[in-house]
Amino acid sequence: MFAGVSTAAPEVAKTRRFKFNWVDGFLWFIRVAAIITIVVGITGSIQKFAGGGGPSVEAWRDLIISSISTGSMYGLIALGYSMVYGVLGFINFAHGEVFMSGTMVGLISATILFNNGFWDSNPYVSILLVLIVAMITSMLVAVVVERVAYRPLRGAPRLIPLITSIGVSFFIQYAFAGLFGVAIRNYPPAPASLARDFDILGIPVEGTKLLVISVAVLSMIGLWYFVTKTKTGSAMRAVAEDKEIAGLMGIDVDKTIVTTFAVGGAMAGVAGLLWALLFRGVDFLTGFLPGIKAFTAAVLGGIGNLPGAMLGGVLLGLFEGVGPLLVLDGLGIPAVSQLKDAVAFAALVLVLIFRPSGLLGERLGSEERA
Amino acid sequence: MSRDSYVTRWGLIGGLGMSFTGAIGMINSFDERILINPILSMGYLTLFGLPAVVGYVAAKGEVNILEEPVHDIADGALKGAGTGLIAGVAVALFVLFTNTFDVTDFFPNMRQTMVDVMTLHLDLVIGLITLIVLSAAGGAVGGLIYGLDDKARGGVRRATLWVIVFALFELVVTDIIDIEVITDLIYARGGGLQTWSALIIGGLAWWLGERYQGKVSEFTAMARESEQGSRLRWSLIGVAALGIVVLPMLVGGIVNELLINVALFVLMGLGLNIVIGLAGLLDLGYVAFFAVGAYGMAVLTSPLSPAFSPELNWWVALPVVMVLAAIAGLLVGTPVIGMRGDYLAIVTLGFGEIVRLLLLSDWLTPFFGGAQGMTRIPGIAIGPWTISGTSPELFIYMTALFVGIAAYISHRAQDSRVGRAWAAMREDEDVAEAIGISTVQAKLLAFVSGAVIASFAGALFSAKVGTVFTNSFDVVVSLIILVVVIVGGMGSIRGVAIGALVLIGVLGGPKSQGLLTEFAEFKLLIYGAILVYMMLKRPEGLLPSVRRSRELHLEEAEQDAWLQKKGDSSEDEEVEATT
Repeated sequence: MFAGVSTAAPEVAKTRRFKFNWVDGFLWFIRVAAIITIVVGITGSIQKFAGGGGPSVEAWRDLIISSISTGSMYGLIALGYSMVYGVLGFINFAHGEVFMSGTMVGLISATILFNNGFWDSNPYVSILLVLIVAMITSMLVAVVVERVAYRPLRGAPRLIPLITSIGVSFFIQYAFAGLFGVAIRNYPPAPASLARDFDILGIPVEGTKLLVISVAVLSMIGLWYFVTKTKTGSAMRAVAEDKEIAGLMGIDVDKTIVTTFAVGGAMAGVAGLLWALLFRGVDFLTGFLPGIKAFTAAVLGGIGNLPGAMLGGVLLGLFEGVGPLLVLDGLGIPAVSQLKDAVAFAALVLVLIFRPSGLLGERLGSEERA
Repeated sequence: MSRDSYVTRWGLIGGLGMSFTGAIGMINSFDERILINPILSMGYLTLFGLPAVVGYVAAKGEVNILEEPVHDIADGALKGAGTGLIAGVAVALFVLFTNTFDVTDFFPNMRQTMVDVMTLHLDLVIGLITLIVLSAAGGAVGGLIYGLDDKARGGVRRATLWVIVFALFELVVTDIIDIEVITDLIYARGGGLQTWSALIIGGLAWWLGERYQGKVSEFTAMARESEQGSRLRWSLIGVAALGIVVLPMLVGGIVNELLINVALFVLMGLGLNIVIGLAGLLDLGYVAFFAVGAYGMAVLTSPLSPAFSPELNWWVALPVVMVLAAIAGLLVGTPVIGMRGDYLAIVTLGFGEIVRLLLLSDWLTPFFGGAQGMTRIPGIAIGPWTISGTSPELFIYMTALFVGIAAYISHRAQDSRVGRAWAAMREDEDVAEAIGISTVQAKLLAFVSGAVIASFAGALFSAKVGTVFTNSFDVVVSLIILVVVIVGGMGSIRGVAIGALVLIGVLGGPKSQGLLTEFAEFKLLIYGAILVYMMLKRPEGLLPSVRRSRELHLEEAEQDAWLQKKGDSSEDEEVEATT
């Protein structure tokens, strides 16, 4: 299931007679209409740009950089979805809340550090400390949720764990609303040394965004090493492939599943810190939209595929950041930034219509598609 | 696992639970509602009910299906008390912590008032000791209840249930009885049951229940097994219908308002029940069709509709809205036909959000009013009268009519050719296709009928409120309808009604308050907990459809059969060995 190791079943050549029915026709209509809309929109934007209207080159550049940094955060959350999906085969709807719990508890440590003055004197050590707190919290939440809600459901029909995870999601959201209150709270401002622009290959990049992108890339490399090179990682891949046989080979399946949740949770915790660096404001609903978008990213990249999740995240960040301005603005739609989320969801629908297995995903057998 | 470690473990879980309810402010908020005057508030019921529950669980210990469970009063009470004691000590430490350190910056509810309530407004030390003692006592009661024999346990359960029901439904009961002399006998002036009336209600429930228990279950069995269309069945439906007609006349405005909400959710629940319960398609964007109904009706009837305002009569607009909803159903349904269950869930959720965001956007504001919404939607005209939200008594009949239509449609569809196709598709899509069912057709039909029923609810909703805003069509609404269907019982019409009554009526809907206004902040927390609990313990719902619960418990039935067989064969071996 995890990429990097070829596990694709040999593809069976399908001989299917071509038969036109109106459902396929409708899907083709959507495909063609989507392509036409995008092409017309982009042409419109280019014309506008050529005519001197619209955002400047610098504005486009900044937009792309911030989209990539947001997208790499989505990618980190998406890893958790992808791993759980690979191992247990269901969408852990509560993963967005795992992410949120990391940010919320990280906020406590950040505020304490800020009040001590430690945040200002040792900004990078503070960020590291907050990162550790966020990772541990998210990891704990993910593991507890697995133990309480998902473990008793092994082998249940596949929609049951999904519905359970919706319940878990509600529960965690409103437990945090009760504990922390419903107001939006702000992280202390990023240290001054991060607020300036850095010069990367002649392009000025804001420090926080640079940090976000590099932390995401480093975590991704670490995870990649963990999954492909360590023994636990091999166990995870084996369990993803076939739980029963992995068990027969002497792998502790339950323990491996817990590890999967823990690692996915830790990645969500990292994403929690990145969210704090990018947006500062957090509340109990912080996890909801990023959670769904990260799932979209996982699907976009091919669910169960780890580099795919990261790629999907960055692409989704670009779609929702650049897409409205590039496509919708060209169509003459006013106030396109309001439609950011709609674009992200539309991207999900289109991906599933164009390429249901995602960009890097393996073609799923008919059995798994059922 | 040994039995002692059960006591420790559940004691700690109980302590954690009690601390949690305190820390989120639940105890304080619930403390304002008095259940039995003057001794018990809902807050204390929650606080000391928890040790009772963990005491019960700890006394029960590990469930071994091969052994007959042991019910021993002394043993149960002892284990329960131990569990409650551990829970009490844990929560006392938490209260002490809150009292010593000021953490209100981060946890606004962990403040002095919480400490006061949890120490029963006594001095700190005495209060903490009382807290521990009462918690141990609660645990002991829980364990003791487990130790009782089946008959007495049933009696206790019924008595507790009815006392709580009477206490919680104070508003409804006083509305129905409406004679001050009698209500004063039952309820205290400041709210809550009188102590002695609580005792009488409990006693009556115990005694009557014991007396008529057998007869009631006999009767329900008879009703369940009786033929479709038999006299008994029709008379039951008649009684239910009479209840629906009479109830709104008896109760007051607040309760009627609640009943309309419940009815609207029953309507949407019935629609979603077709999609998820019968056809097995998990639709998380169901609210989009509700929005189509509400906005469609608003555009067609309101004189203030910005772009296009034909100002139709509600009844004329209804068929148009239905057609619109059907088209929306097809539009959502077609792209997702090839997707498997969980992708379907997320894509439909995405569709729901897209609809809401588009309605809210500046782009479509010239058509749908954007953030300002649409106002002045007229009510439903019948002859010279207009039914709208200002006359809740009449409006509820209107809603009930549509609920009846939806219930009839789902009832008839269930066992029809289409219904059987849905059931086959739900269980195994490939096999269904193999035996010649057109899954494309079946799926689209499910989406369309679900959409049309939701559009009824939307049309009624806009006529009732008179305005539509996008925040009524949040994704949370979809999820709550899903919870209603699942808690009630997927695939069961009665289940949906019960689910909506319990959840929407008592706890409150996404934007509306329920009977227990204290739940307002916590209702989604409780929804989540209920959903998880139901999925773990009773995935078929409160009032399941027979077929659905068989599907879900197939494995257990197989296990039972296997154990049975194993028992038999081991006996055989013994027999062989002796001969």
